[in-house]
Amino acid sequence: MTAVQNPPVKPVRGRGPSVVTRLLESRRLGWGGLALGLLAPFVTATPYALNVMTSAAVFVMLTVGLNIVVGYCGLLDLGFAAFLAVGAYTGGVLATRLELPLLATVPAVVVATVVAGVVIGGPTLRLRSDYLAIVTLGFGEIIRIVANNLDVTGGPSGIYGIPGLLGDRLSDPVVFYYTTVVIVSVAVLFAARLGRSRIGRAWRFVREDEDAAEASGINTYRVKLAAYVAGAVWGGLSGVLFAAQLSAISPASFTFLQSALVLMAVVLGGMGSTRGVVVGAVVISLLPELLRDLADYRFFVFGVLLIVVMLLRPQGLWPHRSREPDDPATRSTAGADDLPAKEEK
Amino acid sequence: MSQLIWNGLFVGSFYALVALGYSMVYGIIKLLNFAHGDLYMLGAFSGYATLGALGGAVPGGSLIALLAVLGLTMLVTGLSGVALERVAYRPLRGAPRLSLLITAVGASFALEYGVRLVAGPNPQVYPVRLDGTGMSVLGARITLQQLALMAVAVGLMVALNALVMRSRQGRAMRAIALDPKACLMMGVDVDAVISRTFFIGSALAGAAGVMSGAYYGKIDFLMGFIIGLKAFTAAVIGGIGNMKGTMLGGLVLGLLESFSTDWFGGEWRDVFAFGFLILFLTVRPTGLLGERVTERV
Repeated sequence: MTAVQNPPVKPVRGRGPSVVTRLLESRRLGWGGLALGLLAPFVTATPYALNVMTSAAVFVMLTVGLNIVVGYCGLLDLGFAAFLAVGAYTGGVLATRLELPLLATVPAVVVATVVAGVVIGGPTLRLRSDYLAIVTLGFGEIIRIVANNLDVTGGPSGIYGIPGLLGDRLSDPVVFYYTTVVIVSVAVLFAARLGRSRIGRAWRFVREDEDAAEASGINTYRVKLAAYVAGAVWGGLSGVLFAAQLSAISPASFTFLQSALVLMAVVLGGMGSTRGVVVGAVVISLLPELLRDLADYRFFVFGVLLIVVMLLRPQGLWPHRSREPDDPATRSTAGADDLPAKEEK
Repeated sequence: MSQLIWNGLFVGSFYALVALGYSMVYGIIKLLNFAHGDLYMLGAFSGYATLGALGGAVPGGSLIALLAVLGLTMLVTGLSGVALERVAYRPLRGAPRLSLLITAVGASFALEYGVRLVAGPNPQVYPVRLDGTGMSVLGARITLQQLALMAVAVGLMVALNALVMRSRQGRAMRAIALDPKACLMMGVDVDAVISRTFFIGSALAGAAGVMSGAYYGKIDFLMGFIIGLKAFTAAVIGGIGNMKGTMLGGLVLGLLESFSTDWFGGEWRDVFAFGFLILFLTVRPTGLLGERVTERV
C-alpha cells in the first residue's frame, strides 16, 4: 500500500509555477466553480438530478463549516452533525409551531447554534486533540439521543411538513436549487475570507503550534472557541437548508455516519483549503450516486479511502498553499526508506 | 439496591475488559485506537462464526466449549489488531496526531462495513445463550453464568496485570511508554513490543465481544461503536494509561449506568454516561488514578 513513493528528485528551484499550478491557484477559479454550479441545471434538470445537486450544495456548506474547525484551527470534531441537528431542529420546530417561513427562523437558529457551540466548546476546548475528538463524538450522540427522546422534537419519527425557505413559494426545485447555490456561495466566500483574516491567521498558528501561539500572546482558548462557534453557525445554517430541502427531519439523519462523511470530505479535499474542501464535498456527495451499484461497499470503501488518503496524501487532494516558499524539510528526498522521513514530533 | 450494584459491577467488568486495550495502547504510544470498539464487534462475530462452524458438535450452552471459542476468538482479534497497527498506524508514527486519529476513524469504518459485507446488515442471534437459573445473594438475583463470565473477566485482568508488572515483556512496554527513543537506543525492539501490545489489547476486546454475545444473545455490526465510546469513558474516568485505574473506571462507569437507568430510565442512560464523561474531563482530565502527563518539552 505504501508502494507509491515520492520520486527521489530534488525539488526544482528557480523556475516559476507551471501553467497548471497558476490555473489552480487562480483567484478567479471560484467564480468558475460558481458558474459551473449555476449552469448545471441547463445540462440536466430532472427532479432527481436537482435533488442530488441541492444535497451536494448543502453538503458543501456543511463541509466548509467543519473546515473552519478542523482545517483552519486543527480541532478534530467528530460530532459535527450535532450542529446540523441543532440548526435543523431549531428551524423545523419554530417553523412548524409558529407557522413561519424557514428563513424567519434563521436568527433563532444562529443564536441556538452559538449557544450550543459555547456550551460544548467552553468546557472542553482546553482538552488535548484526542480527548476533544471523543468528547465531541459524545456530544453528537447526546444531541441525537435527546432529539430521539424529547416530545418537542417528535421523538424517533421526527418533524414533518417543514415549510420551504420562504413558505411554499420556493417549493419549485429549480428555484430552490438556485437559492441554495447562492446562499452556499456566500457562505463559502465568507468562510474563505475569514480564513485569510486576522483571526484566520491566528487559527492556523494555533493549528501549527499551540504553545508557540500562546507564547506569542494569542489567547488560544478564545481563538479556538471562536473557530468552534463559527463552525457551529455554518453547520446550523446548513441544517436550515437541509430541513428546507427534505421538509422532514428525524434523529436518523444526524448519526456519527454523517459526521464522519463531512470529516471525510474535509480530509479528502485538503484540510484548510477552501477550494479543496468544496471539491471534496462535491465528490463525497456525488460519488454514492454515481456508484449506486456498489451501495453495499460504499462505507467500506469510505473507510479504506480515509486510511489510504492519510497514508499517501495526508495533505489532501488539493491542499492549501501558502505564499511562502515551501519548507524543504517537508519535501522528503530520501527515497530509500519506504516512507518519507518524518522525524520531528 | 443490591441488584443495581450487582448489575453495575457485571456490566462494568465488560467495560473494564474493553477499556484495558484502549488504555494499554494509549499508554504506550499515546494513540486513541478509535477502532478498538470494532475489534470487540469483530470478536463477537468471529465467535459467532466459530460456534456456527462447530455446529452440532457443541452441546448447547456448555461453558467449556465457550471457553475454547473464546481462546480462538482472542487469537483472531489479536491478529487483526496487529494487522491494523501494521497497515494503518505504524506508517504514520511521528505524523501529526490528527492524521492518526483520522486513519483510526477510517479503520473503524472499514471494519464495521467490512463485517457488514460478510455477515449482512441484520442482527445475528448467538447460537449459545447463557441464561441459567438464578440464585439470590443479599437480595440480588445472580446467575451462575454471570459469575462465570465475571470470573473469566477478572482472570484475564489479573493475568494481564501480572504480564505487565512482572514479565520482561511488560517491562519493555512500560519502558516504551516512558521514552520510546531511549528504548530504541537501548536495543529494545520497539515495533515488536507495540505489535504485541496491540495483540493483547485486541484479544481482550475480542474476548469481551464473545462474552457479551453469549450473554445478551444478539450481535450486530455497529455494536462496537457505543461500547468503544463507553470503554474510552471508563478509561478516562480511571486515568487513561493506568491499568488499575482503568479497571476501576470500568466498574465506576458500570455502577453509574446502572443507577442512572434506575433513576432516569433506560433511554437516557447513554446521555448520562457521555455527559458524565464531559463533566469529568473538564474537572479532572487525568482521571481518578492517573498522573499528570507533561505533554511537550
